[in-house]
Amino acid sequence: MKISKSLLPLVTPLSKDNPVIVQVLGICSALAVTAKLEPAIVMTISVTAVLALANVIISALRNTIPTSIRIIVQLVVVAALVVVVDQVLKAFAYDVSKQLSVFIGLIITNCIIMGRLEAFALNNRPWPAFLDGIGNGLGYGIILVIVAFFRELLGSGTLLGCQVIPQWCYEHGYANCGLMILPPMALITVACIIWVHNRKAS
Amino acid sequence: MKGLKKQIDRIRPQFEPGGRYEKLHSVFDGFYTFLFTPNDTSRSGVHIHDANDSKRTMITVLLALLPCCLFGMWNIGYQNALATGLPTNFIPLFFYGLFAVLPQILTAYIVGLGIEFVVAQMRGHEIQEGFLVSGLLIPMICPVETPCWMLAVAVAFAVIFAKEVFGGTGYNFLNVALVTRAFLFFAYPSKMSGDGVFVSLNGLPAVDGYTGATPLAQLASGTPGSVSITGVDGLPVSAADLFWGLVPGSWGETSTFCILIGAAILLISGMASWKIMISGVVGALAMSFIGHAWASPLYPITFVNPFEQLLLGGFAFAIVFMATDPVTACRTSTGKWIYGFLIGAVAMLIRFYNTGYPEGAMLAVLLLNCFAPLIDWCVVESNVKRRTRRLKSIS
Repeated sequence: MKISKSLLPLVTPLSKDNPVIVQVLGICSALAVTAKLEPAIVMTISVTAVLALANVIISALRNTIPTSIRIIVQLVVVAALVVVVDQVLKAFAYDVSKQLSVFIGLIITNCIIMGRLEAFALNNRPWPAFLDGIGNGLGYGIILVIVAFFRELLGSGTLLGCQVIPQWCYEHGYANCGLMILPPMALITVACIIWVHNRKAS
Repeated sequence: MKGLKKQIDRIRPQFEPGGRYEKLHSVFDGFYTFLFTPNDTSRSGVHIHDANDSKRTMITVLLALLPCCLFGMWNIGYQNALATGLPTNFIPLFFYGLFAVLPQILTAYIVGLGIEFVVAQMRGHEIQEGFLVSGLLIPMICPVETPCWMLAVAVAFAVIFAKEVFGGTGYNFLNVALVTRAFLFFAYPSKMSGDGVFVSLNGLPAVDGYTGATPLAQLASGTPGSVSITGVDGLPVSAADLFWGLVPGSWGETSTFCILIGAAILLISGMASWKIMISGVVGALAMSFIGHAWASPLYPITFVNPFEQLLLGGFAFAIVFMATDPVTACRTSTGKWIYGFLIGAVAMLIRFYNTGYPEGAMLAVLLLNCFAPLIDWCVVESNVKRRTRRLKSIS
């Protein structure tokens, strides 16, 4: 499949240059919010929104920011966006924002965001920077959703809160694997995804 | 035997490179060397070859496990008879236990060996014998009521993630059997602890005063200061019963006596390190005395006599069969002393102060497995430093 060059920033982070499984960034939140599918999806949307907007803003300001204080400027921009996202979630999705607790606030320290601002937004025009933000946010989100899918399915027997493993199975001795909702299995699930990805890449 | 050899030699070329079943070479090789002693020798250089190889090592360890295994089978039947008030005849009890655990043993072997075979094919390796021991160890450290499918999931997890991803037999840094046990415990806690899993009732009603809790669980949750424990029939259990193993528990580890026989076999044949065993017991005793000296009503198990602590739970089994696993233990002599001591001490530490899960031996061995390379590194480095200093002082 031929992809036009202008769309590359959007497409490469999805698989070939994925922020989580190739660059191994943002692992902390990938482990923390993936016990259930719903918080993982909300986290994906939040990170994508923050990353895209921060990329655009920094990219627009890139010629006026003095190099010596660029990290501070980036932090201020990201922090402002995160506060907005946090307030929106509290207003419209209170339960999920309770589940995500501190991790929305910690988007500020997510390595993906600082990484993309430094590596891409400071050297590119706003439109590619926007695409790059969306692409990296979605690349992060794909992994989060895959991990959360398996962890919720095997750990709780539900998907998005609805029971998908039939009651019949439980009556015949099936039991949810409690280890799946503990943090170690998030690491191992991510490791399995990396394994499959490397296999396909090589 | 001669006829069999002829048959096998006849089909052999098909498994050689270029043959029809070339891909299955490692399966053929595995069965061939299992049946016959290969007489291949190296063609270059000088090699010293020990009479002992990993097949013989595994067989010896299996032999050492046999007393515990056979006793455990009988004990399952005995606990069942006590709990339901049936007559206690030797033969039926043994066969009751045998048939209770046979599906588990078969599950562990089929799943574990199956994965080993498949991985060996995929990588073109020889099939290693490492799972021969793990496959028997795994059911022995699980409750008798563990469902087979859970065991299969746990074995698959442990063999893939604790062993094959690191390179297979001899490269695993965690004990595979204990990883299986830990997976089961954290994934399905309701099936791995409590009153209902350690005694096989077989659907029969239990006698009055029945309790299915293990002595360790009773002590950990008992009234502070009292050290009385009861068997499944509600009658008190003495230290002698603990020693002989006439109590409920994970079925292979109850009898300290049989574990001692196993330890003797391992030590006489030189398979296991006596340093780890001795220092492990010393470490456990040291920690027990400390805990006993500052016994607190918050932690009822600290009131138990330190020597009795050695008989309780899976400690003895873990120190004899798990801690001495040559792959995951320390290699250096000093390292072995430190490693064993810390296993004993940490096992007792967990047992005393983690009342939610008093069986600390499993976690202690896994923890020290992780630290074994570090301990070895420190020992080697300190040797290097000492010798450098000596060299400098001479010159």
